[in-house]
Amino acid sequence: MDRQELIRLYYQMVLIRRLEERSAELYQQDKIGGFLHLYIGQEAVGVGVVSARRPQDHVITAYRDHGIAIACGLTAEEVIAELLGKETGCSKGMGGSMHLADVDKRFWGGYAIVGGHLPLATGLALAEKYRGTDTATICFFGDGSTNIGYFHEALNLSKVWDLAVLWVCENNQYGMGTAVERASAVSEIRRKAEGYGMANAQVDGMDVLAVRQATLEALERVRQGEPFFLEAMTYRFRGHSMGDPERYRTGEEVRKWQEGDPIGRFYDHLLKEKIADQAALEAEEARAEKEVEQAVRFAEASPDPSPEQVYDLVYVK
Amino acid sequence: MAIITMRQAISQALWEEMDRDERVIILGEEVGLWGGTYAVTKGFYDHFGPERVRDTPIAEGVIAGAANGAAMAGLRPVAEIMTINFAFLAMDQIVNHSAKIHSMFGGQIKVPLVIRTVGGGGRQLGSTHSQTPDVVFAHFPGLKVVAPGTPHDAKGLLKAAIRDENPVLFIEHATLYQTRGEVPEGEYLEPIGVSKVQRSGRDVTIVSYSKMLQVSLQAAEQLAAEGIEAEVVDLRTLRPLDMGPVLQSFRKTNRAVIVEGGWRSFGVGAEVAARIYEEAFDHVDAPIRRVAQQEVPLPYNRELEQMMLPQIEDVIRAVKEVL
Repeated sequence: MDRQELIRLYYQMVLIRRLEERSAELYQQDKIGGFLHLYIGQEAVGVGVVSARRPQDHVITAYRDHGIAIACGLTAEEVIAELLGKETGCSKGMGGSMHLADVDKRFWGGYAIVGGHLPLATGLALAEKYRGTDTATICFFGDGSTNIGYFHEALNLSKVWDLAVLWVCENNQYGMGTAVERASAVSEIRRKAEGYGMANAQVDGMDVLAVRQATLEALERVRQGEPFFLEAMTYRFRGHSMGDPERYRTGEEVRKWQEGDPIGRFYDHLLKEKIADQAALEAEEARAEKEVEQAVRFAEASPDPSPEQVYDLVYVK
Repeated sequence: MAIITMRQAISQALWEEMDRDERVIILGEEVGLWGGTYAVTKGFYDHFGPERVRDTPIAEGVIAGAANGAAMAGLRPVAEIMTINFAFLAMDQIVNHSAKIHSMFGGQIKVPLVIRTVGGGGRQLGSTHSQTPDVVFAHFPGLKVVAPGTPHDAKGLLKAAIRDENPVLFIEHATLYQTRGEVPEGEYLEPIGVSKVQRSGRDVTIVSYSKMLQVSLQAAEQLAAEGIEAEVVDLRTLRPLDMGPVLQSFRKTNRAVIVEGGWRSFGVGAEVAARIYEEAFDHVDAPIRRVAQQEVPLPYNRELEQMMLPQIEDVIRAVKEVL
C-alpha cells in the first residue's frame, strides 16, 4: 500500500470520528431526530474492510451505518444532510441516520431491522452469480444479529448456493446492552460459521491494516465462489445509541478499550514507520474537521424535502 | 380463445415471461425438481435449468430476502412462498423491506419482485394452512397485492406483475387451480390496480375477488333465475384499490353486498363499504352487507369447515336482505 493510500485511510477514520462527534452535538441540539448510533471506536473495521474492496463490490450493513457510508465514499455533506432530514441527504431525508445509501457507490444501505439485511446480501450475491461475475458482496452486521433466524437462513443459503458473500461480524461485545456471553450459546462467534462448513477467521478490529489484510485474503476466496466469515473484534466507545445509560459495562472496561483506540494506534504506526510526520497527520485532522464543519453548514442551509416527494416515492411510477 | 385452467394460465404467464426476459428467475421450495407443490412450475426445471429455477431450503425469510436482494440488483425474481400462511415467516422481508426500500432510500433502489403464494380454506388442512389473510398484506403502502379470480386475469395480471417495477404479492387460491376459463391465444397483459365488472346487472352490486368471485358469479346466476340481476365487480387488486367500477355500479344499483374469503373484522368488506359510504352516501338505499368467513380458526372437519366459509346461499341471502 502506498503512502498516499495509507494517509487516505487515516483521513477516513478521522473524518468518521469527527462526523460522529459532531452528530452527537447536533442530536443534543435536537437537530437530528430519531435514533442515533455512533460508530466511534469501530472505525478500523469499516475503513479496513471497505479499503479492500473493488469499486463494483456490493456493501450492505445495519443501522450503525455512518462510518461504512463514509468508507464507501459518501461525502460528509450528504450524510449530515440526511441526518438533518434534508432533501440533499443521500436518501433525500426519507431514511435518516439508520438508512443511508448510495447505490452509485454500491452502498446498498443501512438497515434497521436486526438481521433483516443478511438475506438481502444473499440476493445481491445471487444476482452476481447469475450474471457470472466475480463481484463480491460484503455484508456487515453486529454480534447481536447472530442469534436471529435470518443469520442462520442467510449463512446456510450462501453456502448451499456458493454465493460470493463476505460476512463481516463487527463484534463490539454487546447487542444493545446484552453481552455476547449472555445472548449467544457460542461466544466465539466465528465458530457459528463452522456449523455451515464455512471458512472463517477472526481479526483484531482495532487495527485497520490487519482488518484490511484479512479482508483481502477473504475476498480472494470469496471471488472463487464461496462465502467467508470474518469476525472483527471491536468495541463501541459510546452507548448503543444516544441516551444509553450504560449500566451494563464498567467505565474501566471502556477505558481499557479506549487505550487501544484504532485511530491512535494507526497514528502511532504511521509515525513509527515514518510514513507521515506529525504535521502531515495534523493537517489531515484539520482537513477532516473542515469537511465536517462545511457539511454541517451545507446541511443546515439545505431545504426540507417536499410533501409531494413522500407520496411520489411510495411506488416506482 | 382457448379454454384453460387457472393452473395452466399461471404457468403460461411464468413460462412466457421467462422466455421473454433473461432476468426472470424463479426461487422457492420445491419449484424445481418437484415441479411446484401445486404443479405450476412443472417442466420449468428441465427447460430453463437450475440457475433460473432454484430450489431453496425451507426458509421463507431468506427466500423473500434473497428475492428482494436479487431484485434490488436488477433481476426479476419470482419467489414462490408455498402458502400464504408461511408468508408470515417472511413478513418482515415483505413489509419492512420489499414495501419500504424504494421510499426509504429516497427512490434510488427499486425492488421489482413478485412473490407468488397460495391462500384460502376449503381443503381440510386445518387452521394454520387455510387462512385468507390478504388484507394483512394489503395494509402496507409500497406493496401491491393482486388476487385474480379467473384464468384470464391470472395470466394477464401475473405477466404485468413480473414487468412491474414494484414488489407485487400475487395471491392464488388453493381451490381455483382447476377452474377453467377463456384465455386469448396471443400475448396480453391485464393492468394491476384496475377493478373489473365480471357480470352486468341493474339490481344490486356484488363486490368480490379471487375464489369469492366465482362464488359470487354462481350466486348471481341463481339470482337471475329469480329475476334479480346482480352486477359483479371483481377487485382483482387489493392495493392499489380501484373503487371506480365499484362506485359506478353502486350509483346505478344503490345496493351492495361485499363477499370475501377472509374474516369480516377489518376486512375487504369493511374497507369497501366505508369507501362507498364516504364517496356515494347519497346513493345508499339499504345498509351494505358483508359476507365473510366466520370469526373462527378453521376446523378440519369437512362439513364444519365448509359451514365456516362463505357459500353461494350466504351471498344470495345477503343480496335479498339489501333488496
